[in-house]
Amino acid sequence: MTKKAVFLVVPALLVLIFPLAFENPYILHMLILSMLWIVLGVSWNLLGGFTGQVSYGHAAFFGTGAYATAILVKSGQPPATAWWGLLVGGLAAALLATFIGWICFRLRGPYFSLSVLALSEVLRLVALNWKEVTNGAEGILFLPAFNDKGAYYYIIFAIAAITIFAVHRVMKSKLGFYFLAIREDQDAAESLGIDTTKYKLISLMISAFFTGVAGSFYMNYMGFIDPGIVFDLSKISIMMILVTMLGGAATLWGPALGAVIYILVSEGFRVYVGSGHLVFFGVLIIVIILFFPNGIVGSILEAKGRRDRRTDNKDPKQVAA
Amino acid sequence: MTPQLAGQIELFLQVVIAGILLGGLYSLIGLGMSLIMGVMRIINLAHGELMMVAMYITYLAFSLVHVDPYVSLFIVLPALFLIGAGLQKYLITPVMDVESVLPQNQVLLTVGIGIVLSNLAQLIFSADYMSVPVSYASKTIYWDVNVGGQTISLSFNFPFLVAFAIAIGLGAALFLFLGKTDIGRMIRATAQDKRAAAIMGINTKRITYITFGLGAALVGAAGTLLAPVYYIYPAIGGPFTSKAFIITVLGGMGNIAGAVLGGLVLGLGESLGSVYISLGYKDAFGFVIFVLVLIFLPKGLLGKSSV
Repeated sequence: MTKKAVFLVVPALLVLIFPLAFENPYILHMLILSMLWIVLGVSWNLLGGFTGQVSYGHAAFFGTGAYATAILVKSGQPPATAWWGLLVGGLAAALLATFIGWICFRLRGPYFSLSVLALSEVLRLVALNWKEVTNGAEGILFLPAFNDKGAYYYIIFAIAAITIFAVHRVMKSKLGFYFLAIREDQDAAESLGIDTTKYKLISLMISAFFTGVAGSFYMNYMGFIDPGIVFDLSKISIMMILVTMLGGAATLWGPALGAVIYILVSEGFRVYVGSGHLVFFGVLIIVIILFFPNGIVGSILEAKGRRDRRTDNKDPKQVAA
Repeated sequence: MTPQLAGQIELFLQVVIAGILLGGLYSLIGLGMSLIMGVMRIINLAHGELMMVAMYITYLAFSLVHVDPYVSLFIVLPALFLIGAGLQKYLITPVMDVESVLPQNQVLLTVGIGIVLSNLAQLIFSADYMSVPVSYASKTIYWDVNVGGQTISLSFNFPFLVAFAIAIGLGAALFLFLGKTDIGRMIRATAQDKRAAAIMGINTKRITYITFGLGAALVGAAGTLLAPVYYIYPAIGGPFTSKAFIITVLGGMGNIAGAVLGGLVLGLGESLGSVYISLGYKDAFGFVIFVLVLIFLPKGLLGKSSV
């Protein structure tokens, strides 16, 4: 077994047996939220970090995923449809992504970001006002399929693992190189024959799919959604960016680390400070951006890269060559 | 003319008046954002939060020492200028020089600033809705017009009227400042070409501090003027940041006349839309207009983007 595999398998096993060892529902809840945010951060990162298309409106996909499943269940299906209905949420979000991409990829840079934000806000208002389908501001209440938090723990663990694995595979494939090329220089990529709009759209669809699944899971787990929660600009869209930034954009594990820190900091301070607890997270974000512009994992990788280069230079064979 | 028709006209005119008065305040919010975006290409996602800070200053001045909101403008404008210039100097400028994977670190920094400001407000003042209960909050001026034999009575809300007048005054002052003074010329030069401006001996860093300070002061003025007619709560900033973007994009970045026009268009659009189309979708109109303008008129309604 390689060293890398050990680093992956051992923590994974620990996470898997954790609920058997501890039955504290609060800790379990925190872990479930952490993994939910890992899914959100990692999927945002595929579009924002690796492909360079910073979206300020991913709540659109989160909310669509949540509402798609909620409406499916409310249309008379048994509650168990909800958890395999996660797929429905993902597909609905990916479908929405084609539409949003069709409009917003006409724009670049900050204008792309802001246009996604605008459309996501429009969707929130639709969810709020289209009462026949979404039940408006009252939201949708729903009886969860499982009473036990443990079941949700394993479901979200599986989703998180699949998301990380999928992003890893994508970034190792030809697709991933196209994404990086687009981020580094879109015009150069275009001139080399990459259909940039097509590949940006693919990146957005994959990203939206997993975000939608996460939204759908959130709805299952919480048993209640309303437009103000799942389409929230500052608590979902912006937080997905900050979580990714904190850990390190365009790194595989950065967003995951950022997600765990976010849940620890925000939930930790919620206990002691109550309302306004996010002030600490805000300060953390400012400090990270000022001193570690590429996030925690990004900065570690950078430092490692510098050290490797230094040692390489000292190697006489290298210098001779 | 039948009384029904007269009633229809009265409603329409009343809605237009409300829209224009609201638009004056929006213009002020948009002016600040437009200045910041036009000169520094900075997207300031803490714009609404700066307005919130101004509202709380107004609230404190009123509730502690009974300073009238319009008088507290003299406190709010310098205070917000200093806050804005300080944020630019100590937080935003250092980040703009740093290389990073994502080119948008500076935007996210303003997000962080916004989170800190709104949560601080929540810690200090709690999330409760507060108001500045001035005696003239609901004072209204009526104006009777005779149209085709029918009397149409139009009402003007006093605080909105004052806000509109002050907004137009500040807009005009800004226009003169940018056009006639040395610092104004430096700001315009920096907006056009930062490097060339630096070569000509302009301290462009100092200009960015001043510009951000001015932008903050303008949105602060909007906050103070809004305080008598609106609730004050920590999360009020977000929706106004969105509105500021819509206005700025409508008017074209850095275009002063455009920002005023954009504010009026948004105010009118919201007011007409909420009465004649749907109250629930009031805020959606702005966003739809925003995306359409970005795609079809990327330089704004006036078709040019320079300070």
